[in-house]
Amino acid sequence: MISTVNRRQFLGTAVAASAASAAAGAFVLGFPTQAAAQGAAAEITAWVVVKPDETVLIRIARSEMGQGTLTGLAQLVAEELACDWTRVTTEYPTPGQNLARARVWGNFSTGGSRGIRESQQYVREGGARARLMLVQAAADGWGVPAADCQVAKGVITHPASNRRTTYGAVAGAAAKLEPPKTVALKDPKDWNLAGQRLARLDTVDKVNGRQVYGADLKLPGMLHAAIAACPVFGGKLKAFDAARVTAMPGVKKVVAVGDNAVAVVADTWWRAKKALDALQPEWDRGANAGVQQAQIDALLAEGLNAAQAVDGNVHGDVAAALAGAARRVEAVYGYPYQNHATMEPMNATAKWTAERCEVWTPTQNGEGALAATAAAAGLPPAQCEVYKLHLGGGFGRRGAVHDWVRQAVMIAKELPGTPVKLLWSREEDMTQGQYHPITQCKLSAGLDAQGRVTALDMRISGQSILQALFPNNVRDGRDPVVFQGLNAGGGEAMIGYGFPALRITHAMRNPHVPPGFWRGVNLNQNTIYLECFLDEVAHASGQDPLALRRALMKDYPKHRAVLDAVAARVGWGQPAPDVKGQKIFRGLAQTHGFGSYVAACAEVSVSADGQLKVHRIVAATDCGHAVNPQQIEAQVEGSFVYGLSAALFGEITVKDGAIVQTNFDSYPMMRLAEMPKVETIVMASGGFWGGVGEPTIAVAAPAVLNAIFAATGKRIRTLPLSRHSLRA
Amino acid sequence: MPQLHVNGRLQQHDAEPDTPLLWVLREQLGLTGTKYGCGVAQCGACTVHLDGAPVRSCMLPVSAVQPAQKITTIEALSADGLSHALQKAWVALDVPQCGYCQSGMLMAAAALLRDKPKPSDADIDEAMTNICRCGTYNRVRAGIKQAAGIEQAASTAVIHLTRSRA
Repeated sequence: MISTVNRRQFLGTAVAASAASAAAGAFVLGFPTQAAAQGAAAEITAWVVVKPDETVLIRIARSEMGQGTLTGLAQLVAEELACDWTRVTTEYPTPGQNLARARVWGNFSTGGSRGIRESQQYVREGGARARLMLVQAAADGWGVPAADCQVAKGVITHPASNRRTTYGAVAGAAAKLEPPKTVALKDPKDWNLAGQRLARLDTVDKVNGRQVYGADLKLPGMLHAAIAACPVFGGKLKAFDAARVTAMPGVKKVVAVGDNAVAVVADTWWRAKKALDALQPEWDRGANAGVQQAQIDALLAEGLNAAQAVDGNVHGDVAAALAGAARRVEAVYGYPYQNHATMEPMNATAKWTAERCEVWTPTQNGEGALAATAAAAGLPPAQCEVYKLHLGGGFGRRGAVHDWVRQAVMIAKELPGTPVKLLWSREEDMTQGQYHPITQCKLSAGLDAQGRVTALDMRISGQSILQALFPNNVRDGRDPVVFQGLNAGGGEAMIGYGFPALRITHAMRNPHVPPGFWRGVNLNQNTIYLECFLDEVAHASGQDPLALRRALMKDYPKHRAVLDAVAARVGWGQPAPDVKGQKIFRGLAQTHGFGSYVAACAEVSVSADGQLKVHRIVAATDCGHAVNPQQIEAQVEGSFVYGLSAALFGEITVKDGAIVQTNFDSYPMMRLAEMPKVETIVMASGGFWGGVGEPTIAVAAPAVLNAIFAATGKRIRTLPLSRHSLRA
Repeated sequence: MPQLHVNGRLQQHDAEPDTPLLWVLREQLGLTGTKYGCGVAQCGACTVHLDGAPVRSCMLPVSAVQPAQKITTIEALSADGLSHALQKAWVALDVPQCGYCQSGMLMAAAALLRDKPKPSDADIDEAMTNICRCGTYNRVRAGIKQAAGIEQAASTAVIHLTRSRA
C-alpha cells in the first residue's frame, strides 16, 4: 500500500488492490516483470524500486504508528543507496507478497522498539546492493570498470570520460543483474542522510486531513459494523432479538460474532452503532462474573510472600546478607491495569468470498494480521491478503492479538463479496483491551554500618503476558519478560547496579483480565519499583540518591553515563531556582531497556494544597546509533506524555468481572497544560543499536515520584497518583 | 433534504436529526479528516469550526446546526491544505506523530489564533485541551507560537555528547 500519496490516489490503489488479481498487486508494488512491461518502474532489490522519472520507492516492512520508523528506515536505505533524498517515496509491501516471496522483507512485526534496530542491517544491505547494481549497469553500458565510477544523489559519473547518467536511466538494466552476494556498509561516522535531523516523510498529509487511517477507508459498496462483546472476559453471547433493530434506519443485518459478541451491520457506522445500542443482547457472563478488583489485589499480595517463585536474577546469599545487615529497608509497591487507548479505535475492513479474503487494517504486525485473517476466513493464507494503513496509535495493542481482524472477517463472511468495515466504539476499545499487566512488588534492602547496600531482595507477584499470549515461551513457570530491566546481563534490558547479593523472583498470578504488551511493557513498573525503592533507601540512610546509585554502578558505565548526563545538566547537588515563588524539587531515575540506556531528572513543585506541577524533565538516551535525532527527541517527549499519563491518571479496575472505565472521562489523560518542558540529551555512544520508542517511558514515573518525595516527604507506592493526596 | 453549509457550500444529507455532526461530515459528506476519538466530547479529535468557533462535533446533533451556520473542517483550513500558518509551522516542526489527533489540534489552534493572534502560554493551555496519546503537546505549543510569530526559546535543546561511532 503506497503510503505517501494523496487520498484520491490512495483510493484508486485500494480499489485496484481489492480487484484481487496479480495485476492489481503489481499496480500496488510494481514488480519488475510487470514494471518492465509498463516501462514504469524497476525493482532493483526487494527494498528499492527506481522509476524512470528518478523517483526512488523504498519499501518499508515495519508499520508507521507515529514513532517515525518509516522515515528512519528510509534514511538507512537511502544512505547506502546514495540516492536523491528529495525523490524518495515509500510503500508498504503486503504480508501476502512477503509470504509469496519467501519473506524477502523479513519480519513485519513492529513492537519492542525493534523497527529500526532489528532490521537496520538487512535494509541497509538492500540499499547498498541496489547502489552496486545501478552503478554496475551504468559501467556496463559505458564498457568501463564499475570501480572507476562515482555516485551521489542518484547520479552516476565516470570522471575519466566525463560521462554521466542517472539511476532512472539505468534502473531497467540494473534490475536484470545478479545482486552481489556480499556488500560492505558505511561506517556510521560517514553517514550523510542517516544520523541527520531530517523531516518526516509522512507529515504533510497529517496536517490537512488527507491521511487515510483505517477508520477513514472507503471502498465501493462498503457497509459498516458496530460490535459489542460480552463485558466479562470469558463470558459468552447468550441471545439477541434482531427484530428489535432490523427496522431501524440503514440496518442490514445483525450477526453473532464468534461465541462472545454481536455486531450490527448498516449503511453507516452511526446507524449501526445506534442499532447496537438498542439491541440489548443477553450475556452469559460466565465464571468470572463475580471477580472484584479487591480479590485480584489480594491474589497478588499473597504472591509477595509465597514460598514458590521462579528466579529471575539471583546471586550471593541474600537471606544471610539481610539477616546480618546493620539496617534494613522494606517496601511494597503496586502497578495497576492500564489501557493502551490508541486515539484511533480498533478497526478493520474485510471482504470475504469463498475463494479469497482481503483485509485493510492498521496493524503493528501485518503477518500476524494475515494469519488472523486466514484463520477466521477458513482459507489458506495464500488466498488472503492484508493491506496495511498507517496507525492512529499502536502502543502494543495492535501487535500480538488481532482480535478485531478476526471479528471483521467473521462479520464479512456473513455478507460474501461485500466489504464491511468494523469500527470499535471508544467504550468497546476501553473495555475489551489487552491491558498492561498488573503486578505488585516487595523489596527489602540490607545496608552495612557505612550505609552501603549489601543486598536486595525483590519479589514480583503478578501477571505474565507470555503465559497469556505465547505460553510456549514460558518454561518451568518462568516468563523472562517479567524481569525486563532487571536481567543479569545481555544487551536488551539489564539491571544497572552491582548489588553484593541479589535475589529477584517472580510469583506468577494470573487474573482473568487479558494482559498485553503495553508500550514499555514490564520495564515500566520494574523501573518504578527499583528506582523509587533505591530513592527510599537513600533517604532512609541519609544518603544522596545520586551518590548511592553511583556507588553501585562501577561495572555499569553506560547506565551511569546517562544518569550522570542528566545530573550534570540540571546541576544536581545545587538547589533548583524557585519558579514563581514555588520551591522546585528533583528526582532521578535510570534504566536499560529495549537495548537503550535512559535516565531522567524531574523538577516538580507541590503547593500547600497538594497541587503537583511537573516543570521540567531532563532526559538522556544512549541508543548506540542515532538515525534521526529530531525523531528521537519526539519519542522522548512523547514517552513522558505516555508515562506521566499512566502515572498521574492511568488505572483500569474490575467490578463484577468487567472493566469499570469506559471512556476518557473515566480514564483520563494528561493534557497539554500539564506537560512539562522536556530537554532531551541524545548521546549515541556507538557500537550497538538500541530502541527509542519505549525505554524512556519507564523513567518518567519514578523520576517524578522521587521528586514528589523530595518535595513532600510522601512516598507514593501505588499508582495512579490521582488516588493520593499530596496536601501538606 | 436537510442542508448544511460546509466548507463554503450548501450540502445535502439524509442523516437522522439526532445524528452527531461528526458522523454526517464523515459518512454523509465524505469529509474523513475530522476524527472519531471518544464520542463524548473529551478528546477533541472531532473539532470543527461552527461560525468560526471550535466545537466538538461528536456530541452536536446535526439538527442543532442551522443551514445558515458555517461549518469549516480541516479540509478547508486552507485552500491548498498547506498554506495556513499553523500548517506551515506543523510541517516545519514535524509536529504530528501518528497524526490521528492533529486535525482536531489544528482546528482548536486555528480558532485560538483567530481570537488571540499572540496567545500567552496560559491562553494555549486553556484552549488546547485535545488529547494526544503519542505526546506531541510540546511541539503543538511550539507550532502555535511559531505560527503566531512569537519568539521562543528552543524547547528541546539537543546535545550530541559523542558522535556516533561504529
